[in-house]
Amino acid sequence: MSVHAFKPYPARVMDGQDKFHGNQVLYVGWVDHLMFCAPLAFALAPDFPFGDLIKNVLPGAYSYHPDFAQIDWSAVQWYKSGVPFTPRLEESLVQNGLGHKDLITFVSPGLTGIKGTCS
Amino acid sequence: MDTQVKKKPGLKEKYRHMTRGLDWQTSYQSMDKVFPFAEFEGIKIHDWDKWEDPFRLTMDAYWKYQAEKERKLYAIIDAFVQNNGHLKVTDARYINTLKLFLTGVSPLEYMAHRGFAHVGRQFPGVGPRVACQMQSLDELRHVQTQIHTISNYNKYYNGMHDFRHMHDRLWYLSVPKSFFDDAVTAGPFEFMVAIGFSFEYVLTNLLFVPFMSGAAFNGDMSTVTFGFSAQSDEARHMTLGLEVIKFILEQDPANLPIVQKWIDKWTWRGVRVLTLVAMMMDYMLPKRVMSWKEAWEIYFEQNGGALFKDLARYGITMPKCIETINKEKDHLSHQAWAVFYNYGGAAAFHTWMPDAEEMDWLSSKYPDTFDKYYRPRFEYWREQEAKGNRFYNMTLPMLCQTCQIPMFFTVPGDPSKIAYHESHYSGDKYHFCSEHCKEIFDDEPEKYVQAWLPVHQIFQGNCFKPDADPTAADFNPLAEVLRYYNINFGHDNLDFNGSDDQKNFDLWRGMATQNQTGESA
Amino acid sequence: MASTVFLALQANEDTRLIIEAIMEDNPQAELHEYPAMVKIDSAGPLTIRRVSVEEKIGRDWDLQELHLNLISLSGHIDETEDEMILAWAE
Repeated sequence: MSVHAFKPYPARVMDGQDKFHGNQVLYVGWVDHLMFCAPLAFALAPDFPFGDLIKNVLPGAYSYHPDFAQIDWSAVQWYKSGVPFTPRLEESLVQNGLGHKDLITFVSPGLTGIKGTCS
Repeated sequence: MDTQVKKKPGLKEKYRHMTRGLDWQTSYQSMDKVFPFAEFEGIKIHDWDKWEDPFRLTMDAYWKYQAEKERKLYAIIDAFVQNNGHLKVTDARYINTLKLFLTGVSPLEYMAHRGFAHVGRQFPGVGPRVACQMQSLDELRHVQTQIHTISNYNKYYNGMHDFRHMHDRLWYLSVPKSFFDDAVTAGPFEFMVAIGFSFEYVLTNLLFVPFMSGAAFNGDMSTVTFGFSAQSDEARHMTLGLEVIKFILEQDPANLPIVQKWIDKWTWRGVRVLTLVAMMMDYMLPKRVMSWKEAWEIYFEQNGGALFKDLARYGITMPKCIETINKEKDHLSHQAWAVFYNYGGAAAFHTWMPDAEEMDWLSSKYPDTFDKYYRPRFEYWREQEAKGNRFYNMTLPMLCQTCQIPMFFTVPGDPSKIAYHESHYSGDKYHFCSEHCKEIFDDEPEKYVQAWLPVHQIFQGNCFKPDADPTAADFNPLAEVLRYYNINFGHDNLDFNGSDDQKNFDLWRGMATQNQTGESA
Repeated sequence: MASTVFLALQANEDTRLIIEAIMEDNPQAELHEYPAMVKIDSAGPLTIRRVSVEEKIGRDWDLQELHLNLISLSGHIDETEDEMILAWAE
């Protein structure tokens, strides 16, 4: 154990997947749209279809931004922890290789926020 | 009879009698049983007698001067209350800085009291024990006087009614809370380097001077007075922190790398907490004192420069996070205020967009960054608010595992991109805002995997009142979280424009300065 | 070159003469005035002398009375009944 402790120190993991009532945590960041100040956090079922994320979840989170309605989803580039990946929309988060507390970001080409300032 | 008139003992001698003179080596139990925390951190102390008392304030002098300061302070608080001093502030937006202070900082003073009481028992050396016990009393006095001072505002304005409850639960208050929890759960030497030195010496002027000057510039006599009353205690705290560092480093060269690591860690953790102060200075004071950038340059770069030059003779170097902070200082306050504007629905104080004159001030203080990166989104938000479409982000943010702040920090050198850092530990992923927060985690992961991260706790269903019913048809999780926080929706939160605070302040100030026609109130 | 030390005091009727005494005893010091406070900067050691203050205020003065009006300071402290010296090690 690397923590400097007075006696043996149990590692109590506060955010293990077993604590989320069947869900897992997924973080999503829309690149170049810092109007949303930070990446967003979601608790979703592991078998949640990726396509439903785009159709049903992201609009509620992002549609305030004037760029959102302009997104061409077929041109969007996806990244998992910064590494490019191509999600299969009909498959689930887990089937797409997304586990608990994974981070995905997406670029909507040509859309760079308010007055092009990445806001 | 020959009476010998003994020479009165000098200050140093008197202080020695009252401290060293009352100390003893235990014989019924061994010293290391009586002081069980003295060695586990790896700090080697060979001779506690080499401790030099920074201030030689015996208890009788302490009581005398503290009592005098208390009498003065409470006389002024009484006068302030009697004269409706709250109506003399520049405008009611200022009061939101006090809400942030009471919920975010005052509980830390209480934890400092607890922490110094603990180390005031655990150090084998009597000199530091006495000094820490006095600091523990000072910190308790600070929390008491802050609560007294701000209690007057609680009579008239929203958001201050449950500061203790909120400190333990709210998403942004876990930032200062976890900072102090990390310190008080460390060993006594780390606690002293973290709080006594890094916070009370290196960074204290970046917390106190902005809040107290902010009070002075915005007509808040009660907070100014509290500030002055506390500051003289702070001078003692600073000298204690500096003496601790000197003493540890002079005792054994093997202590150097441990102390350097703690200075690096705690300067970084402290600066992350000061994010709240940066945004307070640049966005929440109607009459601004100086910019965060200017405060950093004066109080850290200049003052801190002299300090680290002095410590160089022990081998101590400037904390390595300085380079990151330099790159962040032009961006920090703007990005931080944008977070609170995003999540203004879930904050126990009001948020708002700066007006045109305030944006011009921001441009002048941040010529390289404000107009290019931040004005566009702020003007867009102002336009939308004018159309009745004020932006509220309704989705929870990703948080940094260590500092617990939403992951809003951008890559140093590229303010258009969020900075991401990751670690894997025992089969799980952890995320960080910076290499420095990641390093703190990697050094002691067992400690940080147990962080109570507000967003995850909400997802786990731990942030509802006992009578909340998730199965009910009209269950609104975000509303239930606010109820759990004891935030009064529509009163404590949302935009300053249209708030009770705004309406009431204008009404009461009008009553105080104009003659009323018709029936008396 | 010596590093700068400083002493910050509340600006009120009690400190007006204390500040005068300090400035006279420390010709190298610089006085900066702010709302309700003063900051005395010194390249090199800054000495507060009890006797100099007593001469100005016309009564016995305990050096520790400085605590009533002290705001902040920098440098290592050496304190006796007669003098308080702020200095960085050179």
